Amino acid sequence: MSARQHSEPNDFAAGNGIVSRRAFLEGAVAVGALATSATEARTEPLIVQPWMKVPGAGFTGYGQPSRFEDKVVRVSPPPANPATQGVGAARTPLHLLDGIITPSGLHFERSHSGIPAIDPEQHRLLIHGLVRQPLLFTLEALHRYPMQSRIAFIECAGNGQLLNAPQPQQVGIAPLHGMIGCSEWTGVKLSTLLDEAGIDPSARWVIAEGADAASMSRSIPLAKAMDDTLVCLYQNGERVRPSNGYPVRLLVPGFEGNMNVKWLRRLKLAADPVMSKDETSKYTVLLKDEKAWQFVFPMEVKSVITRPAPTITLRQPGFYEISGLAWSGNGSIRQVDVSADGGQSWAAAALQAPILAKAPVRFRAAWQWNGGPAVLQSRATDDTGMVQPTRAQFAAERGLRGVYHYNAIASWRVDEKGELSNVYA
Amino acid sequence: MSMRDPLAIGMIILLAFPALAQGPKLGQPIAPADAAAWDISIAPDGSGLPPGRGTAKEGEAVFAAKCQACHGDRAAGGPNDALVGGVGSLAPGKAPVKTVGSYWPYATTLFDYVRRAMPFQEAKSLTSAEIYAVSAYILNLNDIIGPDDVLDAQSLPKVRMPNRDGFNPFPRNPK
Repeated sequence: MSARQHSEPNDFAAGNGIVSRRAFLEGAVAVGALATSATEARTEPLIVQPWMKVPGAGFTGYGQPSRFEDKVVRVSPPPANPATQGVGAARTPLHLLDGIITPSGLHFERSHSGIPAIDPEQHRLLIHGLVRQPLLFTLEALHRYPMQSRIAFIECAGNGQLLNAPQPQQVGIAPLHGMIGCSEWTGVKLSTLLDEAGIDPSARWVIAEGADAASMSRSIPLAKAMDDTLVCLYQNGERVRPSNGYPVRLLVPGFEGNMNVKWLRRLKLAADPVMSKDETSKYTVLLKDEKAWQFVFPMEVKSVITRPAPTITLRQPGFYEISGLAWSGNGSIRQVDVSADGGQSWAAAALQAPILAKAPVRFRAAWQWNGGPAVLQSRATDDTGMVQPTRAQFAAERGLRGVYHYNAIASWRVDEKGELSNVYA
Repeated sequence: MSMRDPLAIGMIILLAFPALAQGPKLGQPIAPADAAAWDISIAPDGSGLPPGRGTAKEGEAVFAAKCQACHGDRAAGGPNDALVGGVGSLAPGKAPVKTVGSYWPYATTLFDYVRRAMPFQEAKSLTSAEIYAVSAYILNLNDIIGPDDVLDAQSLPKVRMPNRDGFNPFPRNPK
């Protein structure tokens, strides 16, 4: 099923118009006969635009996107109960972005009781429980510690949950897949702070708690806390945004988003998990039988084509780039294959550097749309060898009642009018 | 002092390394008693539960005043989560209705969550007695305890939830 097996002399690497990666990388995508004839119609004569004739705007304290980009916003359904605002999520418009870094203002937000208005001067981080010496940290103190930066994704465990539905929901890519974001996170290694408090040998877990009204709380294995968990103060170079945990949050790389506790105020070391609401009644995966998986930590290998994607319409046959994101909470992405015929044939996509562990990789492939029906898919493989399952394989293992941790191959149907829809293929 | 001087460099290393090994040490020591007001974690063994007591009969009024607007009459749900019912709905092929009665494995979690997060508009406002009482009310609606059973720090951890054995660890977590 590799790209090479499907490679044909005509430079199609897989069925229904996927162009070979070699041709793509060499910039030879518009290979002769493949290219549909560009329109012969003449363009309008060029004019000098008015903004070239007068001075532009002056300087501003904090830059904003162009006013022409005002449709590039997070999307959130209206709350089921208007009295309980701030419960739920706002999702990232993946189809309108590129690269791997999510702009901080567009990073998905998930909260359980709204976004607290925290005064950083008053905020404290407590480390206590099974430690030699409980410690209290001010933000000023945390800022004096050695820091490190890491580009990492955070994905809500509930991302993709609508794809458990028996019939494919036509709601656009943001509601379907938009609870994945990636930032450059900067902060203090949690192990540094825990070592200073002195870890009791009986401690096995760290119970993290936020300063929001829900005091959202999760138990994190001590081994993970001591490995690569960061106490983050900065997101993409600036202080963490309120919706992402200002003034301080956890980054638990690769683990389900809910464990990356925002508005971090307390870390309690314990021998056992505390069995909080969000690790028992929520964020557990009900299987086909009556049992549920609990403590499902890694977000397993996954990918999605972000362009073209539903709500985008292809206006004419011809060349399109297929572009998307692939990520794994267990490591880095080794390969992404793409298909335009619903998985009958595959070709390897180009992976754009950087390729980082527990960070999304941007993949790209060239596609020559012939104007007929197509089903676009991507399939990621990570460096542990885990391959993103088909929806049928996913359902065969655990059923479709789990809500959380949906990572099956996503399928976009393209019809003769160039309109895209979410399908199960 | 010239940086080319090997002795000076050696002294810098000697001076610097003990400091690095110790770390910045900028956390302020705090006595456990002084941190007690923040320690709201309640474990399944009941550690962390405060003094106080309550019954379902006492909790009915608390629920009506503080919870019913979001969770519905007798906690049947609407507009927010149902807290009652769904027993049997986890069976294969059925649409699961995950409530306190059908899904939650520990009664301590109910107390913990109500105390930290509820009522939604005024979190952390209920007294311990009110939390014990309203927890008892919800457990009684689910036929898990009787209407006059007293919930307190001793009895709450002993409540056996119907789905207590419904969970297995995820088999593919990193070692």
